[in-house]
Amino acid sequence: MTTPSYTRSDFQTDQEVRWCPGCGDYTILASVQQFLAGLGRAREEFVFISGIGCSSRFPYYMNTYGMHSIHGRAPAIATGVAATRPELSVWVITGDGDGLSIGGNHLIHALRRNVNIKILLFNNQIYGLTKGQYSPTSEPGKTTKSSPFGSIDYPFNPISLALGAEASFVARTLDMDRNHTQAILQAAYEHEGASFIEIYQNCNVFNDKAFIQVTGKEERVHNRIDLEHGKPIVFDGGAKAVVLRGGQATVVDSNSVDPSAILVHDETRPDPSVAFALSRISHGPYGPTPLGIFRNVNRPTYDEEFNDQVAKAKERSGEGDLGKLITSRGTWTVSEKSPNGSAGSNGSGGNGSGPSES
Amino acid sequence: MADEIATEDPSSTPTESLEKVVVRFAGDSGDGMQVAGSRFTDASALFGNDLATLPSFPAEIRAPAGTLPGVSSFQVQIADFDILTAGDAPDCLVAMNPAALMKNLKDLRQGGTLIVNTDAFEERNLTKAGYETNPLEDGSLDAYRTIKVPMDSLTKEAVKDTGVSGRSVLRSKNFFALGLLAWLFHRPTEPTIKWAEKKFAGKPEVVAANVEAFKAGYNFGITTEATKITFEVKPATLRPGTYTNVNGNTALAWGLIAASQLSGLPLFYGTYPITPASDILHELSRHKNFGVRTFQAEDEIAGVGTAIGAAFAGNLAVTGSSGPGIALKSESISLAFMTELPLIVINVQRGGPSTGLPTKPEQSDLLFSLYGRHGESPLPVIAASSPSNAFQMAIEAARIALKYMTPVMLLSDNYVANGSEPWLLPDIDSLEPMEVEFAQHPNGPDGVFLPYMRDVDTFARPWAKPGTPGLEHRIGGLEKEAISGNVSYDPNNHQLMTDTRAWKVANIANDIPELEVDGDKDADLLVLGWGSTFGTIRAAARRARLEGRKVATAHLHYINPLPKNLGDVLGSYDKILLPEMNTGQLLKVIRAEFLIDVVGLNKVAGEPFKVSEVTEKIMEMTK
Repeated sequence: MTTPSYTRSDFQTDQEVRWCPGCGDYTILASVQQFLAGLGRAREEFVFISGIGCSSRFPYYMNTYGMHSIHGRAPAIATGVAATRPELSVWVITGDGDGLSIGGNHLIHALRRNVNIKILLFNNQIYGLTKGQYSPTSEPGKTTKSSPFGSIDYPFNPISLALGAEASFVARTLDMDRNHTQAILQAAYEHEGASFIEIYQNCNVFNDKAFIQVTGKEERVHNRIDLEHGKPIVFDGGAKAVVLRGGQATVVDSNSVDPSAILVHDETRPDPSVAFALSRISHGPYGPTPLGIFRNVNRPTYDEEFNDQVAKAKERSGEGDLGKLITSRGTWTVSEKSPNGSAGSNGSGGNGSGPSES
Repeated sequence: MADEIATEDPSSTPTESLEKVVVRFAGDSGDGMQVAGSRFTDASALFGNDLATLPSFPAEIRAPAGTLPGVSSFQVQIADFDILTAGDAPDCLVAMNPAALMKNLKDLRQGGTLIVNTDAFEERNLTKAGYETNPLEDGSLDAYRTIKVPMDSLTKEAVKDTGVSGRSVLRSKNFFALGLLAWLFHRPTEPTIKWAEKKFAGKPEVVAANVEAFKAGYNFGITTEATKITFEVKPATLRPGTYTNVNGNTALAWGLIAASQLSGLPLFYGTYPITPASDILHELSRHKNFGVRTFQAEDEIAGVGTAIGAAFAGNLAVTGSSGPGIALKSESISLAFMTELPLIVINVQRGGPSTGLPTKPEQSDLLFSLYGRHGESPLPVIAASSPSNAFQMAIEAARIALKYMTPVMLLSDNYVANGSEPWLLPDIDSLEPMEVEFAQHPNGPDGVFLPYMRDVDTFARPWAKPGTPGLEHRIGGLEKEAISGNVSYDPNNHQLMTDTRAWKVANIANDIPELEVDGDKDADLLVLGWGSTFGTIRAAARRARLEGRKVATAHLHYINPLPKNLGDVLGSYDKILLPEMNTGQLLKVIRAEFLIDVVGLNKVAGEPFKVSEVTEKIMEMTK
């Protein structure tokens, strides 16, 4: 089969995109469409499953197979698709409310199983579709419609959470940086197993500029830490560096340490501890914040082992034989010439006036 | 080894031939009563008796030894004719300890045979069971034919050279009891010995201990002439054919595998462990060579969620649970309904609400199954009436789900699930294949695929598997525009789609068997039932007929939609009785649908109806 040649428009549907003007979701949609078009993989092999929330409208705008499902449940539904059809490329679109609040359980279990699904978590730190309540990633003290005196919820750090679930691929990117997004998408796509990507996504209506410290022209210079595999972690034009001190990733002035002390990023470290330490440099998009791939390791995927067990069972016992199955627990035969003739059918009761049960 | 057991009783103990006998094994949860009961059952099945069983066990895995809550029992009725229930009252009770005696003696028929393990009747156990005096000594057992056996010491003696030691020694005492009953009821010994050899293969000392204890029990009967009389129950004259003994969970699992083979679709079972449905998972997970994929999810919602994903992906998708789990799945079932994906939802009902009585049967999820979803979301609901019937109903659930592109609720309950009966095996080749056609080509103008363009007969929408070129489409929980499947908030469209979905399900009435009436044509009373009350109702009607009453029975396997002729059937009888293990749930439906005053007989006691209870009501209503 020849490789299909697509443009972004081949992945667009005829449905009107209905996010608010200026929403970060538009940029992410464009990035994903462009990325998929560039892969040259048959369009029908992609499946997008979402939950509920602003971001979860995503599948309606993707000309692939898709399902807009139930709040929080997309990882479970996607698992059913990916585990039984490993030849497909299955993507989950979720948000901070959908994926970390109501659906937190499914998220961590999909990650620990290493199901071959690509999870894009649009983190805007707010509930948008329900019009502006604090989310599980909102900063403490946040004043919203449901927290007029400030939120007292301690927020999740999505990267730490994914690493805690021992996700095999964990990354963070930004809605407005399309090149960065596409590079991360490419790596996630190539990764065999569950990929988790946190995407900082601006909600210009309910939580505008939440990510300004890593997106603002001035601010990002000082705060954006780009993790690059095999390279020492330095940022702010080389002025700042990350070192490990007592297991903790610490930001220091580059010239205050010996260059050999600067942490060299290795996304393939089997142990997630250093990746976790990096995720703790900031607890949100405040101050110096790492972006890029935190972890990218190989371990057996769920779908592979799931289907392997079926293949092995067939090898071991042969294709299932229903006749053998229903006689596998021992049988006995009642012959035509039973002594008293046939007296009614078993289980069907019958109008017998024969003996009566106790 | 078996040849050491005399096949003929050399003693002079006379034998009485019985048409039927009800035996109950009762002991501590750890005493192996379920094993003893099912071994007795299998030996009887292979001998050719008809039979039915009723296991009863506590929700706790091992409640404190010797206590009343820790008592586990297994009842079986064996007969030389076709029977329908496990019997009301045991003719023979085995009590392994005082608690088992305390809890079960009240059920033993007067004059029945009581076998007690005297070694367990020491002060501490008596106190735990609530006895102030020792019933073995105070004359309270005089009304029964009591066989006192020091089972602990005799078992210890029997297994002393087998290599088992310590606490393992007494584990074989259930086999001692089994051996004694094999003698008392002239059961074949081979099947039990063979079973032990297979079950404990690789542990020769355990095989030896169990077999030695079994033989010791058998020989104890012979040498002590433990009773003045032994009993035999001749093989039943069942319909010719090959039989196996099966419980409902197993039959249901096999039915799902059969449906997978008949439809040519791989079976996916997404579930979360819950009593009493887990055995379906256990059974299915053993049969991966049938292409079965079982998924033990992180919770009930993920169980159904993965099944919905699997259905979208083109599998025969099934989720299973019991009441509390079905409640958690409710929102997801609505999604399957809205997206019109084929999905089988199994509810093995137990006592509720909340955690309720996890190991006891009840039919109290009927209204929940019919109506327990948000929005207008009618589902086909069908119910298995007996252990073996669960095989057929599982195939039916698949047939309806696949043909009509809808979730289907398949109801079982703990009585069906854990009870067992002989099953006349179907001819596999005669099972009807299910034709499933996945969409292959665009069905609209200009090469457009319309996921909600319906089949003119069934109103099913097309099923297009991901991976099919040109049929990329999106489904979801938002209301769909008719035909195109695009999101639509149009008021008229919502009305149309709501009506269409309801009509699609209601129309299934044209594709299910009419309700059959069994019994007297000119009956004064119709006893209507659904689910696991089947055997009890038929047995009760038989008994009433012996008393000269004219009774008809009819049993619903399809509850939504109801059989088309149900109204006519109900209209043909002056009186209608509806026994249910709930407070009158089908009753409400029947009254609402047909404006007929049906009389309920209702019981929520954590146990099935006794035949006598239903008979009594029939007698009262046919006076």
